Amino acid sequence: MAEATPLELATRAVELASARGAEQCDSFATAHTESTVSIRLGEIEKLIEASSHSLGLRVITGGRTAVCSTSDFTPAAFEQFIAETVELARISAPDEYAGLPEPEMLAPGTADSLQLYDERIESLPLDDRIDMARSCEAAALGFDPRITNSEGASLSTRTGEVALANSRGFAAGYPATSISLSTEALADDEDGKKRNAWWFSAERNLRSLLDPETLGRIAAQRAVDQLGARKTETKRVPVILEPMMAARLAGDVAGCATGGALYRGATFLAGRTGEAVGSPLVTIVDDPTQPTRAGSRPFDGEGVSARRNVLFEEGRFEGFLFDCYTARRMDARTTGSAQRGVASLPEPGPANLIFEPGETAAEDIVADTQEGLLVTALMGFGFNPTTGDYSRGANGFWIENGAIAYPVAEANISGDAASMLAAVDAVGSDLTWFGSTAAPTVRIAEMTVSGV
Amino acid sequence: MSDTSLEAREFFAERYGIDSARIASILSDALAQGGDFAELFFEHRTNGAISLEDQQIKSAARSVEQGVGIRVVKGDSIGYAYTESLDPEAMRLAAGTAARIGEGGDRPTAIDTTPVGAAESYYGEDALLSDEPAAAKVALLERADRAARDYDPSIARVDASIADERKVVLVARSDGQIVGDVQPLMRFNVMALSQRDENRQTARTGGGGRLGVEYFDNVTPEDTAREAARQAVLLQDAVDAPAGEVPVVLAAGDSGILLHEAIGHGLEADFNRKGTSNYTDRIGHSVASDLVTVIDDATIEQSRGSINVDDEGNPTKRNTLIEGGILRGYLHDEISARHFGTEPTGSGRRQSFKHPIMPRMTNTYMLPGPSTPDEVIGSVERGIFCVAFSGGQVNISNGDFVFSTTEAYLIEKGQITRPLRTTNLIGNGPEALSRVSMVANDYALSDGRWTCGKEGQSVPVGVGLPTVLVSAMTVGGTQLG
Repeated sequence: MAEATPLELATRAVELASARGAEQCDSFATAHTESTVSIRLGEIEKLIEASSHSLGLRVITGGRTAVCSTSDFTPAAFEQFIAETVELARISAPDEYAGLPEPEMLAPGTADSLQLYDERIESLPLDDRIDMARSCEAAALGFDPRITNSEGASLSTRTGEVALANSRGFAAGYPATSISLSTEALADDEDGKKRNAWWFSAERNLRSLLDPETLGRIAAQRAVDQLGARKTETKRVPVILEPMMAARLAGDVAGCATGGALYRGATFLAGRTGEAVGSPLVTIVDDPTQPTRAGSRPFDGEGVSARRNVLFEEGRFEGFLFDCYTARRMDARTTGSAQRGVASLPEPGPANLIFEPGETAAEDIVADTQEGLLVTALMGFGFNPTTGDYSRGANGFWIENGAIAYPVAEANISGDAASMLAAVDAVGSDLTWFGSTAAPTVRIAEMTVSGV
Repeated sequence: MSDTSLEAREFFAERYGIDSARIASILSDALAQGGDFAELFFEHRTNGAISLEDQQIKSAARSVEQGVGIRVVKGDSIGYAYTESLDPEAMRLAAGTAARIGEGGDRPTAIDTTPVGAAESYYGEDALLSDEPAAAKVALLERADRAARDYDPSIARVDASIADERKVVLVARSDGQIVGDVQPLMRFNVMALSQRDENRQTARTGGGGRLGVEYFDNVTPEDTAREAARQAVLLQDAVDAPAGEVPVVLAAGDSGILLHEAIGHGLEADFNRKGTSNYTDRIGHSVASDLVTVIDDATIEQSRGSINVDDEGNPTKRNTLIEGGILRGYLHDEISARHFGTEPTGSGRRQSFKHPIMPRMTNTYMLPGPSTPDEVIGSVERGIFCVAFSGGQVNISNGDFVFSTTEAYLIEKGQITRPLRTTNLIGNGPEALSRVSMVANDYALSDGRWTCGKEGQSVPVGVGLPTVLVSAMTVGGTQLG
């Protein structure tokens, strides 16, 4: 039975659980092969390869929910797993909001047009993988004599299939691939401090992956650019977020724009639907329907057809992302945003999050800034979703008279998410994708920058 | 005391037929292409969780995972493969995949295996939480809910959960050693939401360790719930934190996150082997104020970071990292210990059989000093006092680190005054530790709630600190001047 596909396993789990008395149930199953090649200083550091199967089963009986997962598909163990899950649901308490999607919401969609699978990743020979990681690292090490060390380069791929089946007749699955390449370069500063920079590319298909040598050179350039970094003075100035950092801000905000955060009372966006929270330059959408993207999917973690959802339209907060449970609790409708892991209940969240670009060239945003901080790296967990209070470590560059003056380390930027969105006064045209999130350069008119 | 090593061996032998002969055969397959060393890491893990949300049991969860991770070492390189199936053919295939790191060579002569018994157990002895009836766990959650609501009328919502884990591991190495362990772990979490008009504040706290129900003999659900409620209510009156460099007093306990970030990661020997840590080549040198002595100790009874043996089968220890400000040693796994020509420190850990070994921290803490906590706080004219944290992060290569407070106060003229909003502290490891200018006599270890992430792998850890004054750190508030 270990040879069965995820779709067969999920379908079988639903049949067996229903036969044992589960009123409603659904099963999410995955099978994948992962491979990682790590090169450091030209030598192979790690070769990892493995295949893995796992299955999660959610049972809802009389409103009581249990969720269990297993990777043991021998017939006796699988039967026992099903029986235990059905039994475990009995100890939970009835919850009137628990339940599968209504049948009319279920739609398998079509994965074909999303191009989530690339055969070339599955057949990529080991020697090619080694060469890609090796040339990436070599490009970083050879970029500049001041690059003195490396944390190595890694190429990872994943090939597999996910499937969902439920007791309302939904059963669908699709194959998917992913590939990622990363490297980290180190440079030695005059005071003996090391300056490091990491860069990566993560895609569904091989041809979209950033060229390994280009990637290596970007990491090296970013490390060298930080040489001579110093602390800055404490003051209120404009803060420019590079696309990767703007993508992090979008992620923090989207985490607060979910039904889960809403019904738990843990979001600064509660009660603000329809309000102008951000400046008119802020448009943020979640779009699982874009072809080839890391977060794309034909249906969500409960079988609801995926769709594009607008979170902020020209600054106005349009509403929350819901799965079925949180939608019922908040008297709303699911937005097809259920995320699903095998071992956990669905939770709403973004699939492909996009901070929509503006029309200004990124370099013009810098040139238009008298004094400020350009942030290239953020550190730490200093974000309180309930209040929106934001305080994070930052590295980057000090800007004077529209030009970069010097690199900055050990700075901190602070404010609160609502004020930050409202203060966005420039959005670049340089939309850049990082895995399943995309953002352009974004300027916030004023934040507190802490230093000495 | 039961022999947890024997218990683990019997578990895998009875359930999966993994005996000495089968182990020797897979190890032989793993070394068939000329690897120097091979190791099998068998794991069977059961996780359970029950959560209460807003006075309702939302769900019960249970997951089981089992498998073997096979590592083959050739020089400083590793080949790694794993399989969830413990049948002989699947394991043989995985061993063949991991073996590819070798560069050709002969299959080794027969491997003689030597089972090793458990020397010590640092875990609780009582019934595992997972064996408790569900109704008993639900009752604990309901007690927490009541206590948080009784604490203050503004408490509008309480979420609580119990999570427990039982992990049976067996490490078999090509040098013949076979050792096992049975590792319990539990955690109790409470989130409280305080609502006054439109102002909402949330706080979460929790605790646990390598023990079972006896955890609640010392820390009741009411204790944890009231603590979460207290923090949430406190935040209602919080003011903006200062911005810029000020003196920082860290309260005893969870503030040990400072050590974890400021120096702990930088002393993990894989970074030093590669020369990518700011503590590379610094052994014997001063890296902190002479008030600072830092220990990493996996042998603290029932603590979340404790383990009887590490995930390479080495016995765990109490390792002195810094003594009187002088760097004494790194945390090693087998590869880094061999590289540095030293003994392993029992610090080889991994998230699961799907992950390769790395040197990791266990319970990391600073020894107490001569001052009293009141003297430390009293010495500060204007600064902040930090008590509880949401997390931290470090840049290994240059030692820059941050950590975020959830409970902190202003210190004015030697007195703790107003509570502060969530803020971030930022510093540099060696610089911050050289600025430790007072250390109090009140050491405390965190109640088990911390999880450490490194290269995508999570492991449970403990942190500890006495009350400490850092003479200047950058505080990322919004209040200028």
